Amino acid sequence: MTGSLLETMLSLTIVIPMLATLGIIVTGSNPNLREIVSLLASLLVLILVVNIYQAYDQGESISVFWLEVIPGITLSFRAEPLGILFSLVSGFLWPITTLYSIGYMRAHHEKNQTRFYACFAVAIAGVMGVAFAENLFTLFIFYEILTLSTYPLVTHSGTEKAKQGGRVYLGILLSTSIAFLLVAIIGTWQISGTLDFSSGGVFPENTSTSILSILLVLFVFGIGKAAMMPFHRWLPAAMVAPTPVSALLHAVAVVKAGVFTVLKVVVYIFGIDLLQTLPATQWLLYLAGATVLLASLVAMRQDNLKARLAYSTVSQLGYITIGALLAVSAGIIGGAMHIAMHAFGKITLFFCAGALLFVGQRQYHRVTTNRRQLEQVVLAGGHTGRRSNAVNGCFANKLFAQYCLPDANTGPRVLFRQG
Amino acid sequence: MLATHLPVLQVIIPLLAAPLCVLLQHPRMVWYFALLVSAAAFVTSVLLLQQVLETGEISYALGGWAAPWGIEYFIDSLNAYLLLIVTSISTIVLLAAQTSLAKELPDDRHTFFYIAYLLCLAGLLGIVATGDAFNVFVFLEISSLSSYALIALGKSRKALIASYQYLIMGTIGATFILIGIGLMYMATGTLNMQDLALRLADIPESRTVYAAFAFFIVGVCIKLALFPLHQWLPNAYAYAPSVVTAFLAATATKVAIYVLIRFMFTIFGVDFFTTTGPWQNMLLVLALFGILTASTVAIYQNNVKRLFAYSSVAQIGYMILGFSIGTAGGLIATLLHLFNHALMKGALFMALAAVTYRVGSVELESFRGLGKRMPWTMASIVAGGLSLIGVPLTVGFISKWYLIVALLEKGWWFVVGLILLGSLLAVIYVWRILEAAYFSPPENNPDETPEIREAPLSILLPVWILVFANLYFGIDTRLTVDVSRLIAQGFFGVSP
Repeated sequence: MTGSLLETMLSLTIVIPMLATLGIIVTGSNPNLREIVSLLASLLVLILVVNIYQAYDQGESISVFWLEVIPGITLSFRAEPLGILFSLVSGFLWPITTLYSIGYMRAHHEKNQTRFYACFAVAIAGVMGVAFAENLFTLFIFYEILTLSTYPLVTHSGTEKAKQGGRVYLGILLSTSIAFLLVAIIGTWQISGTLDFSSGGVFPENTSTSILSILLVLFVFGIGKAAMMPFHRWLPAAMVAPTPVSALLHAVAVVKAGVFTVLKVVVYIFGIDLLQTLPATQWLLYLAGATVLLASLVAMRQDNLKARLAYSTVSQLGYITIGALLAVSAGIIGGAMHIAMHAFGKITLFFCAGALLFVGQRQYHRVTTNRRQLEQVVLAGGHTGRRSNAVNGCFANKLFAQYCLPDANTGPRVLFRQG
Repeated sequence: MLATHLPVLQVIIPLLAAPLCVLLQHPRMVWYFALLVSAAAFVTSVLLLQQVLETGEISYALGGWAAPWGIEYFIDSLNAYLLLIVTSISTIVLLAAQTSLAKELPDDRHTFFYIAYLLCLAGLLGIVATGDAFNVFVFLEISSLSSYALIALGKSRKALIASYQYLIMGTIGATFILIGIGLMYMATGTLNMQDLALRLADIPESRTVYAAFAFFIVGVCIKLALFPLHQWLPNAYAYAPSVVTAFLAATATKVAIYVLIRFMFTIFGVDFFTTTGPWQNMLLVLALFGILTASTVAIYQNNVKRLFAYSSVAQIGYMILGFSIGTAGGLIATLLHLFNHALMKGALFMALAAVTYRVGSVELESFRGLGKRMPWTMASIVAGGLSLIGVPLTVGFISKWYLIVALLEKGWWFVVGLILLGSLLAVIYVWRILEAAYFSPPENNPDETPEIREAPLSILLPVWILVFANLYFGIDTRLTVDVSRLIAQGFFGVSP
């Protein structure tokens, strides 16, 4: 394929969801047409990311430049392995979630469905932008777009509880990104004079380690979407959203955008060699480990099924952060793999939780009383998982056993093994 | 031929047009006329900026009397930039004036309004265009007196008190400025700015000069509403007619900041500012207090106009903060924020004009449910609010970026933290409006109040021009950044 075609394709992965948003708003009065727009856009994006992957696999270098906002700081995109992986995961799960949403939203007679699908499409554009961002600035912009576009999804139901959850959601995500991440980005710009992701890091050799440590801490806490404790509260709060949102966005897109950003920063801004020498790395590793354990413990005590899954996500994100902060290539690979694995596993679980919700079982303990229903769901869940990927299927099943089986012993046991 | 007279035409057109309004009693006719005049001023300012960027500074001797005997009009890139801000906002605001005023002002007052408006415009342009210190004071009084009148035209009777408050504070400020200028004249024997700069540099430490400086700085800080001298501003903005608020918020305080920059950097010189006395630290501390206090107070306001008025006080804090850094980078941040804040607050206050037009009130309560009933107006408040917070791809982000970079150059990490705290406070106060508009059920049954629907195009159009500008200049920063750099280069000698 020619270079310019590939460039266009890269741009289109972001432009198509944006256009879909317009299409969804225009066709809002006709639900069937509106859903066709959503589905069509999601399939197109899937085809695009698969093609980009294949082209990259054949050694093509794909990058595209949009515009220069401040001299030296551009809005531009580049396909690189981590981003391709993330975009493939999100691109593959978007059409599936769209199908699920159509059923879910209609069955629940949810209001404002046009707003729902429109915001969903904007969020996907944000995800693609994050995945392919060539520099921190571009990444930051799409990171914020993702935050803002998912807010109306979280508060979708409009109840007092949803508003409350929305406040926590937006409050934590926006404030960490403005108060920490932005400072870290500007600090990086100030020290290194560039924001481009480049292998081996961007900082000049003689930068003091204490400043770099501060920057690393600012980055890790600033990327609130990675849900590192103590900035994880937004994720359980986001569970007031309709289930498809929790499934794709709060188990896959948003949280993975967070840990993906952590990985990118570690690999392409600091560089793993430099990271190993920083004193802050060690402390952050402990914190990430604590997040894994504590969130798992909290998850065990959650009665609400979705809250339980949310805390489990916090814990799983901790693994990826650990992988990144270990600053060895195996850790990076492990972290990147877990982005995909956990995505497939967790989305399956959420779909199941949504199905249970539909038959009126929101609480964990209620699920235990309705064994037959659960068995059906377990079967369905396991099946979905297995179909997507053999290894992953096991993974999903394992998780499923861990959190949803009404057997009181299994949960702690698996957790223990994990911890 | 005409091109050589541009500096004076810039001021004289609105100044002469103002009294001519008396001849046009019909509200619509006088509106057309004022709009035409403002548009002419806008075209003049664009031509001036072009001319300055191409050929450098323009000096124009008024009436052919050469400076220092005559009054000189002096336009460099800083003046041209400010003229552009004032005239463009004035023209855009006027687009909506006729419709908005129809609901807020009796028909027979419209002529008064346009007279005062054009006089205010002439005053502001005069302050910026002139190269004579005393002339600055004269035009300052013209613009102030007419703005007192404009504010007093507000619908509520409280507007009279607000206007009176402003009158008292404004007069004290103007008097201080006059005393400052008088002392400068005493020390140097000249009023021409270029001459003042030359002669002040030769005077060794002198109490007269210090006193002049102190009087002047306090006077200007009252006019630009620097915390804690901002008391007049919230009421004035809250009770003035909607279009007046939009116009004054976007231009008047900016012009006062221009005066501060001009006197500080051109006349007294950068060295005087950074090495003599505690000016820098004083302004820095007041700016920070202003940002944090005013933002916090804004959170607790229930009148949205007043809320944005307090937010303006906070934003002025950002501008003064950049200025107080005393580096080229800091000045660039201030200049960018002058322009960018004019766009944000212009858009927001115009959107409030639309709300006033349909709902009749800007209390937070009456915003409930407007997200559905006035979607375009509320969307513009979302865009303006995001810009105020400093979300990327809006102008607010660009200002904040340059401000933080300037602070980091100095190594002031602590201040960076406080600025970002200010941004978070902005999130909260913008938030309260959006929550009311989008997530609260309407106050009264929509079927019973069919008059609450989307605002008319004549108001929406200027609102969206400004919203578009908010986004455009947040993405394509060439014009604003290049001009700001050029100006900073002029003062600091080096390209940052």
